[in-house]
Amino acid sequence: MTYILQQLINAVQLGSIYALIALGYSMVYGVLRFINFAHGDIFMVGAFLSYFAAVLIKRLAGATAIPTALIFVGSMLLAMLGTALITLSIERIAYRPLRRYRLSVVITALGMGVFLEHMTLVIVGPWRISFHPLITETVYKVVGVSISTTQLVIIFVSILLMLILEFIVRQTKQGMAMRAISYDREAVPLMGVNVDHIITLTFAIASCLAAAGGLLYAHAYPIIEPYMGIMVGWKAFISAVVGGIGVIRGAMLGGYILGFVEIAAGAIFPSRMRDLISFVVLMIVLLAKPTGIFGLPLRQKV
Amino acid sequence: MLLSVENLEVSYGHIKALHGISFHVDEGEIVALIGANGAGKSTTLKAISRLISVQAGNIRYEGKNLLDFAPHDVVKLGIAHVPEGRRIFGNLTVMENLKLAAYNRKDREGIAQDFERIFALFPRLAERKEQRGDTLSGGEQQMLAVARALMTRGRLMLLDEPSMGLAPVLMRDLFRVLREINEAGTTILLVEQNARMALKFAQRCYVLETGNIVLEGPSSELAQNPAVQAAYLGG
Ligand SMILES: Nc1ncnc2c1ncn2[C@@H]1O[C@H](COP(=O)(O)OP(=O)(O)OP(=O)(O)O)[C@@H](O)[C@H]1O
Ligand SMILES: [Mg+2]
Repeated sequence: MTYILQQLINAVQLGSIYALIALGYSMVYGVLRFINFAHGDIFMVGAFLSYFAAVLIKRLAGATAIPTALIFVGSMLLAMLGTALITLSIERIAYRPLRRYRLSVVITALGMGVFLEHMTLVIVGPWRISFHPLITETVYKVVGVSISTTQLVIIFVSILLMLILEFIVRQTKQGMAMRAISYDREAVPLMGVNVDHIITLTFAIASCLAAAGGLLYAHAYPIIEPYMGIMVGWKAFISAVVGGIGVIRGAMLGGYILGFVEIAAGAIFPSRMRDLISFVVLMIVLLAKPTGIFGLPLRQKV
Repeated sequence: MLLSVENLEVSYGHIKALHGISFHVDEGEIVALIGANGAGKSTTLKAISRLISVQAGNIRYEGKNLLDFAPHDVVKLGIAHVPEGRRIFGNLTVMENLKLAAYNRKDREGIAQDFERIFALFPRLAERKEQRGDTLSGGEQQMLAVARALMTRGRLMLLDEPSMGLAPVLMRDLFRVLREINEAGTTILLVEQNARMALKFAQRCYVLETGNIVLEGPSSELAQNPAVQAAYLGG
């Protein structure tokens, strides 16, 4: 029983990170009907920027001792900013001019992913960097189950970010515009909304979530390297599809489903079979429900 | 002159949809553009609200050249386009559809007043505020489309076949509301296939045939014109 509870906590931790990244795929798909295949690498860039931001903050602080919590938050915000700037440049330079050419823009996204991997490789070299945690580790024992501050922070921060996202999408006029675009993009300008602004905002939010995902992932698995975004990116993408791509809550649910499946697969089968089993399970879900669990809102026929 | 269109040409690929049409709308007027399927009525409205690109000609609104503006900026200038087929956002509630149409407005009080005015004009919408757009009936969707145009505070309303698919009773209600809106100061350019309705409603009328304006004049005169009677009023 304690073993199961223990694994459940691990699953929620992993699922939270997948959910954050899956949201980026899903939101961009919602407004553009386009899969941003560079998003996994955006996540990787987020992890590296968090690393450098932490180094920078510590360097700036010099001898003055600052609380690790402050470094954590500061690094996350700086990484979000940097990642968003990079993503928006990519959108502006590489995606926007090709927006009407559906296949070309997908290929370009794959290319941008490879570009980001190799830029990182050139800048930091081929080494695996170990990420110094920005969370003071304490392990609590609750009814025989151990839960660490790192796990608590990962889960708490992810859920907080998802609540903020939920607020933006449900309550603000920009969020309304995002949802309207996903339903009938051509009619949105008639409401006086600049669709390009909303698309830019969507990419910015998606990359902020990915950056946070990068920082949190680096706390769960404290080794970062330029190719770390590939597998995580595929998994998050598939989570988004399983939940119903284009639907915000679908991406969240899909992320957690993958977290649970992966931990369960790892607990039951030899660890080298973990990814194989998780992908098979997700494929089965898709076969049963091809549009994902929450389905895709069909574009209105005109 | 509030709106003037001069020698407007629009093509879709190699097919020319408008062959240099000219017309104008004065402040406070109701003007109708009638014509058969494929005549180019919707194309004309889309060109005005800048949803499609224009090959030649000019569109002026309050002295400004509309061709210099993007569609969302045309809305800010005060042109509200109620598109063909309503185009309600089905995944948004009635209230959210209305709020979205007030996207560029900052006057909280004015917005609140407009909500009241809209719900007084369309009580059926008031009862369905929290309902999703795609659960409304066709007639309710048409009301919501007009209400959205009101929320943008348009001074000129472009209406693309508002009567389509409406039962006669609902249609009369809708046109009664549209007349109230006009009397409150909004100029209307109405596109209709239902020529009988349009001629009754509008002061002036243009007849569009395969991308050319073939007739124009006061509605009362056009209604007496034998050619119009034969082609559009069923003899
Ligand atoms: N997106 C498009 N691509 C190609 N041709 C188009 C397009 N939209 C309209 N057309 C053509 O342009 C012409 C005018 O179309 P338009 O929609 O303006 O007609 P309409 O007068 O509004 O007709 P209806 O009463 O059926 O709505 C038609 O021949 C139509 O086939
Ligand atoms: Mg039409």
